[in-house]
Amino acid sequence: MNADATLLEVRDLTVVRGGVQVLDIPSLVLRENEVLSLIGPNGAGKSTLLLTLANLLQPTTGEIRYRGYVITGNRSSHVYRRRLAMVFQEPLLFDATVFENVAAGLRIRGIARDEIRDRVMTTLGLFNILHLADRSARKLSGGEAQRTSLARAFAIQPEMIFLDEPFASLDPPTRLGLTEDLERILQKTGTTAILATHDQLEALSLSDRMAVMNGGRIVQSGAPVEVMNRPADEFVASFVGMENVLRGNAVSSSAGFLLARIAEQSIELPGVAEAGEEVVFCIRPEHVTITTINPGDTTSTRNIIPASIRKIVPMGAFHRVHLDCGFPLVAYLTSQSLGTLHLEEGTRVFASFKATAVHLIRTGHRTC
Amino acid sequence: MELIFEGIAKAVALLASLDPEVLKITWLSLKVSGIATFISLLLGISSGTLLALADFPGKRLLVSIVNTGMGLPPVVVGLFVTIFLWRNGPFGFLDILYTPAAMILAQAVIATPIVMGITVASIQNLPPNLKLQILALGATRWQMVRILIKEARLPLLAGVMAGFGGVISEVGASIMVGGNIKGYTRVLTTATVMETGRGNFDVAIALSLILLVVCFGINYILTRIQQRERPR
Amino acid sequence: MKGLKRAFSPLVIAAVLVFLGVTALAGASPKSVILATTTSTQDSGLLDVLIPLFEKESGYFVKTIAVGSGQAMAMGKKGEADVLLVHSPDAEKKFMAEGDGVNRRLIMHNDFVIVGPASDPARIRGVKTSVDAVKRISQAGLLFLSRGDNSGTHAKEKGLWKAAGLNPEGEKWYQQTGLGMGQTLNVAAEKKGYTLTDRGTYLTLRKTLGLDILVEGDPLLLNIYHVIEVNPGRWPKVNSAGARAFADFLVSKKVQAIIGTFGTDKFGAPLFFPDAGKKPETLGL
Repeated sequence: MNADATLLEVRDLTVVRGGVQVLDIPSLVLRENEVLSLIGPNGAGKSTLLLTLANLLQPTTGEIRYRGYVITGNRSSHVYRRRLAMVFQEPLLFDATVFENVAAGLRIRGIARDEIRDRVMTTLGLFNILHLADRSARKLSGGEAQRTSLARAFAIQPEMIFLDEPFASLDPPTRLGLTEDLERILQKTGTTAILATHDQLEALSLSDRMAVMNGGRIVQSGAPVEVMNRPADEFVASFVGMENVLRGNAVSSSAGFLLARIAEQSIELPGVAEAGEEVVFCIRPEHVTITTINPGDTTSTRNIIPASIRKIVPMGAFHRVHLDCGFPLVAYLTSQSLGTLHLEEGTRVFASFKATAVHLIRTGHRTC
Repeated sequence: MELIFEGIAKAVALLASLDPEVLKITWLSLKVSGIATFISLLLGISSGTLLALADFPGKRLLVSIVNTGMGLPPVVVGLFVTIFLWRNGPFGFLDILYTPAAMILAQAVIATPIVMGITVASIQNLPPNLKLQILALGATRWQMVRILIKEARLPLLAGVMAGFGGVISEVGASIMVGGNIKGYTRVLTTATVMETGRGNFDVAIALSLILLVVCFGINYILTRIQQRERPR
Repeated sequence: MKGLKRAFSPLVIAAVLVFLGVTALAGASPKSVILATTTSTQDSGLLDVLIPLFEKESGYFVKTIAVGSGQAMAMGKKGEADVLLVHSPDAEKKFMAEGDGVNRRLIMHNDFVIVGPASDPARIRGVKTSVDAVKRISQAGLLFLSRGDNSGTHAKEKGLWKAAGLNPEGEKWYQQTGLGMGQTLNVAAEKKGYTLTDRGTYLTLRKTLGLDILVEGDPLLLNIYHVIEVNPGRWPKVNSAGARAFADFLVSKKVQAIIGTFGTDKFGAPLFFPDAGKKPETLGL
C-alpha cells in the first residue's frame, strides 16, 4: 500500500451558478492519509468544492477521478459516496437517539445488527459520548450534537472525510476540545480529510497542507507554516493573520538581500528588486520584538526601528501592540513582558526583527 | 335549547340500544373515510415528497396548484366525479355510481391534495442540507426519500389527520356520488342532512353528536401519538 | 424527473390496487336497479316497506335515489336511472311526449293540504277551493312558504297560483326555501306562515309543528303517483328488465293492498290510496 497514493484528482473543474462562476480549480490532488485544509472567506467556494468532491453537486465542466475512476457525471453513484463521509456546520442529526444516529450510515449499508452495535459503541467511545448513547438527539448541547455528527461519519470508517466548517457554530472552549479530539482521531485512524474553515489556527493545528481560496480559485497551497509565513499575495497575507503588510521602495539589492525604504526607515529583507521599484512585504507580529533601549550591538537583528506605542489592545493570552514607526506596525507581547517593560501608550521603544523574518510578496513597477 | 337536550337524549338512547341502523351508518362512515384517507396517504405522501425534492422550471406553479387543491370545495369534486361516473359518462363502464366505492373515490380526490400540500410543506421545512447529509452517508435516492419521510413524520401525521377530518365531515360529494341509499351508502353526514330535511331534528342532532364523537376520538388518538414524540 | 417517475410509480400502483380491490368488493352486488323518486315519497316511509320486499322477491338490488321530481325526470332523460316513481303529472306528460319513458302506469294517490298557523290571519280555514284560499293569502299579503325546488309539491303549488291567475314570484310575502318538505314545514311553523304540503309529511310531523290543516279535499289538491320505465330504446345501458319487474311489482294486487294499509297503525288512517288499473277520470282530475 503506497502511502502517497493519490485518492482524488481534479482537472479543470468549474461550477457556474446563475451565470456566475463560483468555482474554478484547474488542478487539485488529494493524497492518502493527508489532511488538507481549505481556508478562505465566505463565498470563496469552499463548500462548493467539498460538495463537488463528494459527488453531491455536479460541476459545469471538468472531471474528478477517484483512484483513477471518473466520478463526475454519474449522478446516482452512491457507490463512490459510500467511500466517504461528510460533516456539515449544523449537526443535522435525525430525530432519534444518539446510538441510532451513529448507526445510520451502517444501517444504510445493510450491515448486520451485531456488527453495527460493536462499531457504534467503539466510535462513541472514541468521541467520549458513550454515556449519551440512549439520549434523544433533541436533548443534546451544541458540542454533544456535533460530536454525534462526527461519530456518525467516522462509524462508517470512510476512506475520506469532508468537513465543512464543523466547529464554526460552537463556542471557543467547545471548539478547542473538539479540535483536539478530531486531531487525535484523524491521526489514530489515518483517515484522509479535507477541512474547510475560516479559522486559520484550526487549519494550522489540524492540517498537513493548506489551500487558500478566494473567488472560487485556489490562490496558494502548501504546508501551513509555509503559507502563513510566505503568503503569495496581499489577500492571502491578510487572511493568514499577517497583520503587517507594508509598501515601500527598493533602494538597492545585493547578495540576495535588498534594502527597502519606507517612511524614512530602512528595512532589510531577502529578495531582489531594482532600485526605485515598489516592493510589498510583510512581517508576522510574533516576529517583532519590542525593547525600551536600542538593542544595537547586543543582537544580530538587522532591522531596528525607533517607534512609539500608539495603542495596546488585550487579546486574552497576549496583547496586540500598535506601533508608530513612521508607518504602522503591529507586535504581539505577553502580559508579562508588558509588565516587565512598563509599556504604555506613548512610550518610546525600539521594534526589531530579523531580516529573514520579512517576506517579500511582490515587486511592483518602477516609480520615480 | 330543549331541542338540543332532546337530541342528546335521543343519541344516548340510539347508542345504548345499539340501534343497528345507526351502527351501520357509523361503521360505513369510518370505513369509507378510512379507506379514502389511506389512499390519499399513499398518493399524497409519495407525490408530495417527490414534488418537494424535485427541481424543475414551473415547480412553484405546481406547488401553488396543489395548495389550491387543498381548498377544493368538496361539492365541486362531487359534481365532477358524478359526471365522470354516470352510466353514459367516460367511466360509466366501471358501474360504481351510487356505491361506497364512488364515495371512496370522491373522498380520496378531496383528501389527496390536502395530504400532498402538507407533505410538500413538511419536507421543505426540513433543514436544507439534510438531504445532502443523508446522501453523504451513502444512501441511495430511495433510501434518502424514506429517511426524509421518517424525519418529517410528525407534520405528515398532522396532514393525514387533516385529510381524514376533511372527508369524514364532508357531505356534498358523498350525497351526490353515493345517493344516500339506506344501508348501503348512507353515512353520518348524509343521514344528518336527510333527517334534518324530514324535520326529525332530534335524530339529526343525535347523528351529529355521534359524528362529533367519532371525529374527536380519531383526532385524539392521532394527537396523542404526535404529542408523545414532540420535540422539547 | 426520471427519478420522480420511477419512485412515484410503485406507490401509484399500490393506491390503484387498493382502489380496484375496494371497487371489486363493491361491484360484487347483484344486478341493480336505479329508482329515481322524490324526497317526500321516501320520507313517507312507504319505500322502506316496499323496497326490501321487492329485493327479496326479485333478487335485484334497488338503489333508491331520492331527489326532486324535476331532477328525477332529468336523470331519466339522460338514462341515468332505470325507473321513476314521481308525482308531477304535467311534467310527466311532457316527459312521455318527448319519448323519454315507456309504460307510464298509475300507482296511487294521496292529497295535499294547505296548512298554516292556528290563528289563520288570512281566514282560509274551511274554504272549499284551494284556488280561493291562495287568492285570499295573496290579497292579505301574508307569508307563504314555497318549496321552490321543482319537486312535485312545488309543481302542484305553482299550478294553484296559475289557476288563480296570480304570479306571486318576487312578492315579499312569498318565500322560496329550496328545501325538503319537512324542513319547509318547520320554517313555516317558525315564521307562522302558510304552505302547501302532502298529508303524509304533515302527519309525521304534526306533534311538534303547531300548524293546523286549513284547506283540504279539493280535487285540485290530489297528488297522483305514476311509475315510469325509462326508455331502453334510447339508453341501452338501462336495466329494462329490472325496471319492468319493479313497475309490475308496484301494480300487483298484493302490493297495492300493502299500499292501502300503510300508515294506519301510526296515524289511524292510511297515507296513500292505491289506484293501479283505474282510469284517471275516476279520480276527479
